[in-house]
Parts: sequence; structure tokens; C-alpha cells
Amino acid sequence: MELRVPSSDNSSDKLSDSERLGSLIVGGALVLTGLSQRSLLRNLLTVSGGSLVYHGVMGDKSLQNKLMEATTGLTASSLRVEKTVTIQNKSPEELYTFWRNFENLPTFMKNLQSVRIVNETRSHWAAKSPMGNSIEWDAEMLIDRPNELITWASVPGADVANSGSVRFTPAYPGRGTEVKLILEYSPPGGAITDAIAKVFNESPKQQIGEDLRHFKMLMETGEIATIEGQSSGRR
Amino acid sequence: MRAVCWQGTNKVQVETVPDPKIINPRDAIVKITSTAICGSDLHLYNGLNPTMKKGDIVGHEFMGEVVELGRKVKNVKIGDRVVVPFTIACGSCFFCNRQLTSQCDNSNPSPWGVEQLMGYSPSGLFGYSHLTGGYAGGQAEYARVPFADVGLFKIPDGLTDEQVLFLTDIFPTGYMAAENCDIQPGDTVAIWGCGPVGQFAIRSALMLGADRVIAIDRVPERLQMAKLSGAITLNYEEIEVGEALKEMTGGRGPDAVMDAVGMEAHGMGLEGFYDKTMQALKLETDRPNVLRQAIVACRKGGTVSVPGVYTGLVDKIPMGAFMNKGLTMKTGQTNIHKYLPKLLEHIQNGDIDPSFVITHTMSIEQAPHGYEIFKHKQESCIKIVLKPGMN
Repeated sequence: MELRVPSSDNSSDKLSDSERLGSLIVGGALVLTGLSQRSLLRNLLTVSGGSLVYHGVMGDKSLQNKLMEATTGLTASSLRVEKTVTIQNKSPEELYTFWRNFENLPTFMKNLQSVRIVNETRSHWAAKSPMGNSIEWDAEMLIDRPNELITWASVPGADVANSGSVRFTPAYPGRGTEVKLILEYSPPGGAITDAIAKVFNESPKQQIGEDLRHFKMLMETGEIATIEGQSSGRR
Repeated sequence: MRAVCWQGTNKVQVETVPDPKIINPRDAIVKITSTAICGSDLHLYNGLNPTMKKGDIVGHEFMGEVVELGRKVKNVKIGDRVVVPFTIACGSCFFCNRQLTSQCDNSNPSPWGVEQLMGYSPSGLFGYSHLTGGYAGGQAEYARVPFADVGLFKIPDGLTDEQVLFLTDIFPTGYMAAENCDIQPGDTVAIWGCGPVGQFAIRSALMLGADRVIAIDRVPERLQMAKLSGAITLNYEEIEVGEALKEMTGGRGPDAVMDAVGMEAHGMGLEGFYDKTMQALKLETDRPNVLRQAIVACRKGGTVSVPGVYTGLVDKIPMGAFMNKGLTMKTGQTNIHKYLPKLLEHIQNGDIDPSFVITHTMSIEQAPHGYEIFKHKQESCIKIVLKPGMN
């Protein structure tokens, strides 16, 4: 699911009940985490969490956008991507453990160059843009529910404020583990969605989908399928 | 190395390209001793797949000797003689666990495009367009084989290349198509298309206990080969096939029908003209004449098996006949890994010698000529084996 604001044509894209529930849970957690910390924060965080909650309650994306605009004064675009894969023969515990070490994320997230753990909850992220330069930010882990859920968000001052959550849910016995990734990007005032899209490659939705698929490949097969570097008769 | 490269519609060239190298830990490099041109390669040759790129190395039926191994491949050794399934499979996903290796979740590196078309991506394939991964193919001196610990099958001594090469595709493809017919004692199976897959389907259907196989084509030498395989043959240019099938089955119709032709069926008369026009105007991508005929010819409650390749959209499928007669359709790219060991045993036991289908053997340098005569069914061409080592 991809959200682009402002846009008038996605009002038909109502959320399913489970997605709404997911938004409520993740969003609620973000708000609680945000409010419980006194740092200015997290204003951004609270806003982002709030919008997720609102999103969940109303089941209407355009309202989220309106709320976002109302609370931040941003007329800019926000972008939310939600993707799920099922991974065979790996328990939620195994998958959680790999993901929980954020330093592993660049092994399957194409545009991430590195993640460095700063302390128990803080990490420093670096991503590359198509122009070849690097954008960096600090992220704070907000929820860490072992074998189940991890959420994080950039701290104020990031060029591209962003937050994410990943949830590991066992499917029917023998049917693997479902992994749901939600990423949200909120650009600073004035930026437009296309600009974020450029920073995070052509289509963020596609890129994030591929990243998650690469996670599945890595977990299921131990490597990521590729044809980069193979022979051809291209001139 | 030398490799057959697709350079556009009706154009393949043998070119000198870089040797393949190990990219992933589960890769292997195979030095190819024999490789074949498949009927489905002609769909690429004819320019029907828009995701081919100039310079792509084609070919998906190949075998040879292991010359290099990634660090995670432990079950084969350098020097082993192997055949390579054309479907690439990881061996550990949901689908591989169920032996549906042609539906492997993890072997297509760029599934985004095909997902737009098909909802979900089937497995990666060697040398078969960027819809199915863009992997370099095996009409070359060497090939890189991903997931080699799952995708290399050792060949015991005493069997020639010609006997085992077709385990990579057309023998298992014909066999799975026959198995998909759900053959019961007394059954009559009608098979449209006496190309290489059709030939293996005929023999497989008989191996699986079909009482009769009726094979349909128009090319005399293909009908002759079908007859030698044990089929009763019909030339669709000489006889009205639907009527003939009805008469030959006591007015009931064949218990199972098989489309071993796929998206480039010839078609006759107005219907053929209609499909060629629609395809030229891009209003349909595939020409399903055979599929239409087969559905109408099938007996009530029967089975339609489709090993013939389709990639996109077809027009005017007689869905009313399909639904009201309560038919079942079974299809798919072949789950080679599932069938290969069993069929290798059949070859070892002498139940079948797949080399019967070969009409031409030539150097890989002659591949462009090979594509031409195969496409136009000249020189009685049915199956071409290319030898990289041959002068």
C-alpha cells in the first residue's frame, strides 16, 4: 500500500479491517511512546503515530493526510508503504533476532549503506541517493517486543523523517512466519513526494517490496538471487 | 566464450562474450557439452516476448561438466557430469517444499514485472526473457547455475548426452503433461502438436497406461515419428479433427485432451486470420486455436492438459463449453526437479531412449541456421542438439 499526499484519487482505497487494526496498534504504540518521553521529540514522532491512529480509526487515508497537515502545517507529501511476505521454515524468533540487530539491515535493504548501533535504543543510519551522496540520520527504537514487533523512528533533524515497524506473526502451523513491514516517510516542508521518491529510488513502494523480498530470500535460501555481473552479449 | 545471443526478432548471433563467474555462494559453473533449441525458444526468436533484451544469452536445455563451485555447494564435485533443469529453484520455499519447483518463490531476481501480469511470479528460468529473471542461458560454452546444490543432477556412467539431455525440459514436460491428464485404464488421450514435447507426451501417456493416444499435426515427418511412438495420427489439414475424434471414441470424445502447441498455433481459415490479426494489433498476445479446439473436442467431465507455452492474453476461449461440460484444466511450467530422478531411472531401465527425437546435431556456431530450419520446419527438422565443442 502506498500513500501519496495530496492526492484525490486514493479515497477509494479503503483499509481492510486487519490493516486498520494494525494501524491502530502500531500507531497507538507510537503515540504512547512519543508522549511518554518529554523530549521535544518527538513532536514528529507523536504526529506520525497520531496520524497512524487516526488512519486506523477512520479507515480513510485522506483524513490522515488532513490531520498530518493540520498538526504539522506541512502541505508537503507523506508516504506510507506496507508490505507483507511469508517466510518458510523460520520461526518468528529467528527472524526477529536477525532484524533486531539493525546492523544486518543493509544486507537486504538496497539503498541502506550502513547502520551503526549507538546504544541500546539509538542507531545511526546512512543511505545512498542516486546522486551518489549519502544521507544520514539517527533512529530511536520505540518498541521492542521480542519475537513479535520492532518499531523505530528517526529523531528530529533528519533530512527525511521516517519511521518503521516490522511484525512477525506465525502463520498456520507449517506455513511459515508472516512478516509485515510498514515504513513511513515525512519530508520537511516544501519537499514533494517525487523528491523522496528520488532519494529512495524510483518507486519507494517497489523498492521496499524488493527489500522485504530480499529479506525473505536471504532467510529462506541464504542468499539473494541476482543476475548482476552475469555474462551477456550486450554492446 | 562463444554464446548464442538474441539480437532481435528473427535474429540470433553467436558471439564472444565474457565467461560466466560465480556470483552467489550456491552457484556453479558448468562447461556445456550438449545444449538444445527448444520450441519455446522460437517464441523468443519470433519476437513475441517484449522483455527480451538485445544481447541476452538464450537456451535452457543444457548439460555438461562442473568446472567451478560456489562455497556452499557440497553435493557435487568438480568434474561431475550433470544435467540442469530449465526451471531454477531454491529448494526451500513453500513451493519447492511441495515439489512445485517451477513456482519457486526465490529464484526470480526481478519479479516486479511479471507480478503486474500474473499476480505472482513463477520461478526464474534460464535464457527466457526478463519476465522470468533474465538469467543467461545455456546455448553457450559455459553457464552459471544458481542454486546449484538443488539444480544439478549427476548422470551415471554409461549414458550418452543424447539420452539424458532432454531431462532438462522436454521429457519431463511431456511426462508432466501426460500425468496431468489423470489417465485411467481405457482412456483415450488426444494430443495436439507432434513437436518434441508432443512426442514425449505421447510416449509418457502410453507409459502411464493410456489405452490410445491420438496425435494431431500436419507435418508428415512429425506425424510419422508420432506413429513410431505408438500414436494414432490425424493430419488436421486433411480431416476435420473434432468430428474424427468423436467418431474414433464411439461418440464420447477423448477422455483427456492436450495442447502441446501453445501460443503460436497455426490456425486455419477465418479463425487463424482473426488471431493473427488480433496478435498483430496487440489485442491479444497469444493465438489459442488449439486450446479452443481441444476444449470443444474433450468429452464431458474430461481433462485439458496444457504444456504449450502461453505468456499473456488470449481471446475467445470457449468458456461456456469448458464450464458446462465440467472440464478440468491442468498446466504450468514443468516441475523438473520432481520428475527428473524418476525419468532418469526409466532411461537407465531402457524403458525409453529420448534420443529418438533428435533430427539434427550441429556446432553451436551454426545455431542461427538451426533456428531458421527449426522455425520453418525445413530439412525435416524436429529437434536440434548444439555441440559447443564441435567444429
